[in-house]
Amino acid sequence: MTEPGLLRTAAAALLLALGCLAMISASVGILRFPDFYSRIHPAGKSDTLGIAFVLAGLMVWEGFTLVSLKLLIILVFMLIASPTATHALAKAAFLDGLKPWKRGGDGA
Amino acid sequence: MKARRADNPVTETVSALLIPFMQIYALYLIAHGDLGPGGGFQGGAVFAASLVLRAIVFGLDADEERRYERLAGACASAGVLLYGGIGLLCMLRGGAFLDYKALPFADPKTAYHLGVYGIELGVGLAVAGALLLLFMKTAGSRDD
Repeated sequence: MTEPGLLRTAAAALLLALGCLAMISASVGILRFPDFYSRIHPAGKSDTLGIAFVLAGLMVWEGFTLVSLKLLIILVFMLIASPTATHALAKAAFLDGLKPWKRGGDGA
Repeated sequence: MKARRADNPVTETVSALLIPFMQIYALYLIAHGDLGPGGGFQGGAVFAASLVLRAIVFGLDADEERRYERLAGACASAGVLLYGGIGLLCMLRGGAFLDYKALPFADPKTAYHLGVYGIELGVGLAVAGALLLLFMKTAGSRDD
């Protein structure tokens, strides 16, 4: 690992902060959205974005090494696997007959 | 299991893409266990997860189910046999149970490393087989 200078430290910190923001908003969304379909929306999208930001920040901090290559592989894996898992969840719920929430319908 | 499966190009494509890498990574975890993070248990769990993913996404017919179950049982037993066999071999050669230095290799360091590899492989086989067997027994359609 090459010692990060001021610019790289600042860039890494900014990316990590953005990632934390995305993950916090995802958590709030999971807790506050009204039904299953709208809840897996933050779980699938914002979480993936947050993880991508955090891993990108760590890669900037680490520099051009084997560790950052491994982080890149993890990032690619997450970008492929996480939306697929969300898709499978939503499809399974839809095939099972779960109806999407509507304003004014029954249920909270 | 087969009856409720809906053809889904998204999960099938992604699984076909990822399962080989999962299995390679499982072998890496098992082989790398004495040097870094990972080990027999984690490697075996990842390997079993890849086979469970394949069974969920692509489905299994009755013939495949029978083969999976037989293979999983054999793997679990072989893993325990390998672990215990190495341990008892050490005792037979005059050491304690799992005392790798007693293994029949010239250099005690080589003996230690190969002994750990053998143990990790045994743990990995046992964990992968047992997890797959649990999945087949709870989610499979056979009831014997």
